[in-house]
Amino acid sequence: MIESIKNFSSDFFVTGDPLIYGADVSIVLVMVAIIFVLTYFKKWKWLWSEWLTTVDHKKIGIMYLIASLLMLFRGGVDAILMRTQLAFPNMDFLPSDKYNEIFTTHGTIMILFMAMPLMFALFNMVVPLQIGARDVAYPFLNAVSFWTFFFGAMLFNLSFVIGGSPDAGWLSYAPLSETQFSEGPGQNYYIWGIQISGIGSLASGINFLVTILKMRAPGMKLMKMPMFSWSVLSSCIIIIFAFPILTVTLGLLFIDRYFGANFFTLAGGGNPMYYVNLIWMWGHPEVYLVVLPAFGVFSEVVATFSKKKIFGYKSMVFALLSISLLSFFTWVHHFFTMADYKVDAFFAITTMAIAIPTGVKVFNWMFTMFRGRIQMKPPMLWTIAFIPTFLVGGATGVMLAVAPADFQYHNSYFLIAHFHQVLIGGVVFGFFSGIYYWWPKIFGFSLNEKLGLWAFWLWNIGFYVTFMPQYALGFMGMPRRVSTYGWDMGWAPLNFISTIGAFLMGAGFIFQVWQIVYSIKHRNKEGAADPWDGRTLEWSIPSPPPEYNFAIIPKVSEQDDWWYKKQKGLTKVKEDYKPIHMPKNSGIPFIMGGFWFITGFGLTFEWTWMGIIGLIGVATSIVVRHLDNDTDYYIPVDEIERTEARIGGTR
Amino acid sequence: MTTEKHTEHHSSFQSYVTGFLFSIVLTIIPLVLVLNDMLENPLLLVIILLAACFQFVIQIYYFMHLRENKNRGYIVLALIVGIIIVVTVVGGSAWVMNF
Amino acid sequence: MSQSTAGKIDHHNEEEHHDTSSIKIFGFWIFLISDLILFSVLFATYVVLRTRYSGGPTGAELFEVPIFVAETFILLTSSFTSGLATLGLQQGKVKTVINWLIVTVVLGIAFVGLEVTEFITLVEEGATISTSAFLSAFYVLVGTHGLHVSAGIIWMISTIFQLSRYGITEETNRKTQVVSLYWHFLDVVWIFIFTVVYLLGVM
Ligand code: HEM
Ligand SMILES: [Cu+2]
Repeated sequence: MIESIKNFSSDFFVTGDPLIYGADVSIVLVMVAIIFVLTYFKKWKWLWSEWLTTVDHKKIGIMYLIASLLMLFRGGVDAILMRTQLAFPNMDFLPSDKYNEIFTTHGTIMILFMAMPLMFALFNMVVPLQIGARDVAYPFLNAVSFWTFFFGAMLFNLSFVIGGSPDAGWLSYAPLSETQFSEGPGQNYYIWGIQISGIGSLASGINFLVTILKMRAPGMKLMKMPMFSWSVLSSCIIIIFAFPILTVTLGLLFIDRYFGANFFTLAGGGNPMYYVNLIWMWGHPEVYLVVLPAFGVFSEVVATFSKKKIFGYKSMVFALLSISLLSFFTWVHHFFTMADYKVDAFFAITTMAIAIPTGVKVFNWMFTMFRGRIQMKPPMLWTIAFIPTFLVGGATGVMLAVAPADFQYHNSYFLIAHFHQVLIGGVVFGFFSGIYYWWPKIFGFSLNEKLGLWAFWLWNIGFYVTFMPQYALGFMGMPRRVSTYGWDMGWAPLNFISTIGAFLMGAGFIFQVWQIVYSIKHRNKEGAADPWDGRTLEWSIPSPPPEYNFAIIPKVSEQDDWWYKKQKGLTKVKEDYKPIHMPKNSGIPFIMGGFWFITGFGLTFEWTWMGIIGLIGVATSIVVRHLDNDTDYYIPVDEIERTEARIGGTR
Repeated sequence: MTTEKHTEHHSSFQSYVTGFLFSIVLTIIPLVLVLNDMLENPLLLVIILLAACFQFVIQIYYFMHLRENKNRGYIVLALIVGIIIVVTVVGGSAWVMNF
Repeated sequence: MSQSTAGKIDHHNEEEHHDTSSIKIFGFWIFLISDLILFSVLFATYVVLRTRYSGGPTGAELFEVPIFVAETFILLTSSFTSGLATLGLQQGKVKTVINWLIVTVVLGIAFVGLEVTEFITLVEEGATISTSAFLSAFYVLVGTHGLHVSAGIIWMISTIFQLSRYGITEETNRKTQVVSLYWHFLDVVWIFIFTVVYLLGVM
């Protein structure tokens, strides 16, 4: 008996590695600390009724932000571990199986559990405010999105201490990810972590698409809508069409593993290349859908800090929409080496075509700045840093898109440098810029600029120091995903430099955390309502906005309506309040997320009974919600009056 | 709201019956063609696929009230893009995987 | 929405009403289109792996014409009856709505029953999901549709329950419309399964 428990737990828990024991201890400590703090300050009820059950898009946005920063930390630690292992030849800091696990979790976490939620944080924090709405189209569904993302991410991260991490790369190519080569729960964690959070992503895509199309303030024609909202719309279009592809791909992989089907197996007529085909049919649109909102942020920031309307509004809109469609026609450039040359030729052309609208956007930003009164505020700094970085990333992308040349660069460090250039220089810098820009709006105080400047320079210098050498390493033939190399290859100096850069970026992150903590302590609430002299509706209301956002829904007549009203002195509104219709909080999304977690955990360990219990729970939550007809309420006028007087709204 | 509802176009019993009859016919034609080997392959394939596509249109037109939907503009646009993606996914995969 | 009174008549108060029902139905359409993409990937999989029998049985050997023809007509008819339910909605007759929905549910159950029997027979003949890539693709495509139909049945029952309890309100009206949209959609998907899987299979 004791013996069997021992056996079970040594399989169940990951053992034998000081790193993991360290993680175990710190997880337990953090949990105890959280429970203690919540109990000591009697905050359980507050946590439940203010946060866990909220359907308010602003609070959901904040939760996304916190979760994604935690994931940035986890993914960043992975990166630093990998770079440490590669700093010198013949290092044995990480054995090769651990190295495989770490590059897998790094990639998966950074794209799916860091970039995606950070993007959703911005969607939630900004879109309803920017279009003059009181919430998203489906507030309840929005909460479901968050909690499925959250529990999916938790499930994935659990693999580090229980059962073992996946190790087949961030896209888990078959046949490596099939049972034959990856037995055990690691790969299942990958599948279920992503599947569960994928439900949330799809739901958010639909939610924000409908919000933008149907919830705009009166008078805001589509062609007067702020550019960030346009970029969100384009991104949502991609989500809606691309995420079902991912769901099926991973579903088929799981069916292969669980029911012994033969989709991607080597035997039984299956075809592993078909997995590669499917995953990139989602994967390429995916990388574009995370970058489009960053483009949106740059457009807002450039206009605000140049004190000019965005240049070429129509061409910007056109570029965004054409990118979202074109992104579905390039997927084969990720596996030129596997496909037929005629197929390659076609996809090389479509890939280059997508560079055109991207280029249009860069020119428009430059023209917007041209002759503008540029103010070098933190959000603007990140935007300006982005432009050259992204140009290089785009250029190297086009180099990779030349199919015959790609046979050389494919799976080398050149590729690694390319996509980090676009993902860090484009997506991460863009989202940082957005967070710095809208932070005062959501939290009601501004961030310390000096610490922010340190973070900015560390990230930027660190970025170039890390990735420029990697292009050269790619030319020198260093392949991706090697855990070590010999002195004789001549790769040592560049690798060492690259590692230094990684630590610099890590330091940048620490400065950002410090900046946030410092600014929370020394709250500077001055002018938080409209600190940058903004142009769009979100700056017309107090910071942080009341739960209903707009006491009076604005009537829009111009593009950059708030700027126009400020110029014309039309900012006063008649205080003619009406009762406001709001959705009620609900615990169901959180509970449903919990059941998804149980489902995912059960299926990960192939404990069918547990999976079934979880699914029954999920289904029950849905039915309970379907039967519930008491889902909203009205805020009476006197309460609105009191709130507005307290926060100094309706100027 | 109620006033608005009444101005909307309403589908009738008749339109449902028409739709139903259409779809039965469009099911029977390919069935008969296939079971009796009445045509040669490329043509047969085209005809049965066309019949399926027609049914798709019929269901949307007669059953799914798309005509009366306030947001039909957006929905039709989304459907068109959706169909483009469907064709890309099915046709593209077949092309990429077939050599 | 029953508590709302005075504010509603004032039509300047549009923010009250970005018209919840039509927005929800719109969102559901978008969901259906994304579900269409989901099925298209399963179709693509079937098309790519269609001839990978790996020594196992082929479609022509397995598919039984009477069964899939019966399935097709049952589902077609149920799509029609669920349409008649929404017609009853417009006329404000709860009884009609409920009755047609019940007919639809019964037809749906018959469909799922037939499909389950079909699968059981196939498995007994030794054609399982692991026999070949062709059969994997077949089971997953047809099975995913069957699961959708089963979910639709539960959903419809829950709707019937609410209709009989609350009558036709704005909420139940919308819920009925949405579930019947879903049902028509499943019929559309089935038409393609009928064509691409069964007809091409026996050709
Ligand atoms: C001008 C636009 C771009 C072009 C022409 C382009 C082209 C390419 C090509 C041809 C590859 C495949 C190389 C190979 O595997 O050998 C690639 C890989 C990649 N690109 Fe881009 N790209 C562009 C922009 C972007 C953007 C904006 C992102 C993300 C925000 C991105 C993210 C990635 C990623 C993540 C990979 C590699 C994934 C992997 O193999 O694990 N690219 N790119
Ligand atoms: Cu790509």
